[in-house]
Amino acid sequence: MKVYVPRDAAARALGADAVVAAILREAAARGIAVELVRNGSRGMVWLEPLVEVQTAAGRTGFGPMTVADVAGLFGDIATHPKALGLVAELPWMKRQTRLTFARVGVTDPLSLAEYEAQGGLAGLRRALGMTGAQIVAEVTESGLRGRGGAGFPTGVKWATVLGAQAAQKYIVCNADEGDSGTFADRMLMEGDPICLIEGMVIAGLAVGATRGYVYLRSEYPDAIATLTEAVRIARAAGVLGAQVLGHGPAFDIEIRVGAGAYVCGEETSLLNSLEGKRGVVRAKPPLPALEGFMGKPTVVNNVISLATVPVILARGAAFYRDFGLGRSRGTIPLQIAGNVQFGGLFEAAFGLSLGEIVNDIAGGTATGRPVKAVQVGGPLGAYFVPAQFDTPFGYEEFDGAGGLIGHAGIVVFDDSTDMLGMARFAMEFCAVESCGKCTPCRIGAVRGVETIDRIRAGEAGAIALLTDLCETMRDGSLCALGGFTPYPVMSALTHFPEEFGTRQEAAE
Amino acid sequence: MSQTAVETTVSGICAALDGGEGPLLPILQAVQAEFGHIPQQALPVIAAALNLSRAEVQGVVSFYHDFREVPAGRHVVRICRAEACQAMGATATAAAAQARLDVDWHGTSANGAVTLEPVYCLGLCACAPAVMVDGRAIARVDAERMTHILTECGA
Repeated sequence: MKVYVPRDAAARALGADAVVAAILREAAARGIAVELVRNGSRGMVWLEPLVEVQTAAGRTGFGPMTVADVAGLFGDIATHPKALGLVAELPWMKRQTRLTFARVGVTDPLSLAEYEAQGGLAGLRRALGMTGAQIVAEVTESGLRGRGGAGFPTGVKWATVLGAQAAQKYIVCNADEGDSGTFADRMLMEGDPICLIEGMVIAGLAVGATRGYVYLRSEYPDAIATLTEAVRIARAAGVLGAQVLGHGPAFDIEIRVGAGAYVCGEETSLLNSLEGKRGVVRAKPPLPALEGFMGKPTVVNNVISLATVPVILARGAAFYRDFGLGRSRGTIPLQIAGNVQFGGLFEAAFGLSLGEIVNDIAGGTATGRPVKAVQVGGPLGAYFVPAQFDTPFGYEEFDGAGGLIGHAGIVVFDDSTDMLGMARFAMEFCAVESCGKCTPCRIGAVRGVETIDRIRAGEAGAIALLTDLCETMRDGSLCALGGFTPYPVMSALTHFPEEFGTRQEAAE
Repeated sequence: MSQTAVETTVSGICAALDGGEGPLLPILQAVQAEFGHIPQQALPVIAAALNLSRAEVQGVVSFYHDFREVPAGRHVVRICRAEACQAMGATATAAAAQARLDVDWHGTSANGAVTLEPVYCLGLCACAPAVMVDGRAIARVDAERMTHILTECGA
């Protein structure tokens, strides 16, 4: 009997380990041999722990499983109360275009053999026969843009590093996924870590870097453990080391753990942190591509950007580019979170409307109350309201609607939400996490909290002050923390002026 | 532990990790894993090993939320305060914890059992509210369940 129970942190936080123990207990009592695979999560978090049993027809799912449901797996599984049918045929799975997440939830994350059997290493093998410039051109033509949030074309960044002359260059993976509502990096590192490793090796080949670092946040202990083990396996198998796959140049990876600072998700403060300094933002220029880690040319890319490179190399730039909308090419792993009926990870080509995502895919709110607002792109992203639900999911489209897609986290709130309170929280968060380098962010966030408190106390005149402050923070901050905090604040004020005083006063 | 013993242990950690590029964070993490906090006596040892000033090391320690300069309680309970968890009632979860422990954020209960820390996202945003107890994540923690968890921690 072959059984899959996810090792994903969300599945474990919902009781997967207890389910595993019960399965092993039950199997031992019945004298049945069980082959247990701790796979990644399929992304249907509302069904976790999602247990899959291999049958002649395919993998049949059961969820959400409790310890009490385990005994039933050893009887007639067709009549099991938690039976879901074939997992691959579930509507949530069938509607997706899984390119980056093709193997997540499917394979054993720590089996290099399964990784290869499911298409892994094909991209790296192809890259080994190409010049750096050819690899960079392939990534550029795919239209891949930075999935961390900024949306900068990955190929252009790589071309800059390729063109830089230096004795040592670096690939730095930004795995400091601090945005609320995002967990794609975590799921990828826990569910298909070798894919990230392959992407980093290809990046190294492309730009001539031999050393890679993954800066992984300390809040993700499971991802740290799984990726660390995957690096060890890749090194033992020669995917990493003095000669990549036996005949390439050298490339090796070291995992560095963060220390709880949100701002270290910003690439220059990440580099300072990696160098062992305070995670303070650096002014640009110089670009990290020219003077990055240790002052050397450095590619800094998000986990999802790097983990998407293998499929681009394996299937070609045109294959990837043919998905998407406008200048947003390929697929985006949407992370649906907060107050939703069906939360989790849903990878789709760019172009779905926000309304389709929230009402259709996520099934509306978990509480059953009307949706009041949707924050897209983390704590620095704007609040969208149902009147904007026709906005298509794309970088330019969201920018045009006064927001951003960021790392594609979508957090849904029902009508009981206090939007003034959410605006205050955005300022409070910025005050807590500001690195302190620039004044608009360091001082502005503190004054922002105070000003919102004055509005709450009935001083409607403070609204103009808040608007002015947001303008200063937006235009005067060094990085996105201070610069984008006005997004949630001003969108809350714009869409819900009655919560900030009267409509009249807000318009002044 | 005596001052000499602390210095010896920290020297050993520095010697083991000093070979890497930018080794200060890994060293501080190892020191904290050893002692549960960063003892003041460790700072000059680390500074000397890395050819930094003591102030530079202190500056790094004070910058990051993870490093603590005094020991925590027997258990560390971290409650996510970020937006996705708020959308599912994390504010009530946090309020219940603060009331049960009679502390504010970063406080330790009078009996030393639990230190309460805020955390901004555990990546469990589709099964919110999320908390972490000594490194173990728990999802969908409402106020009642929070109180139960704290009781289990001996608060």
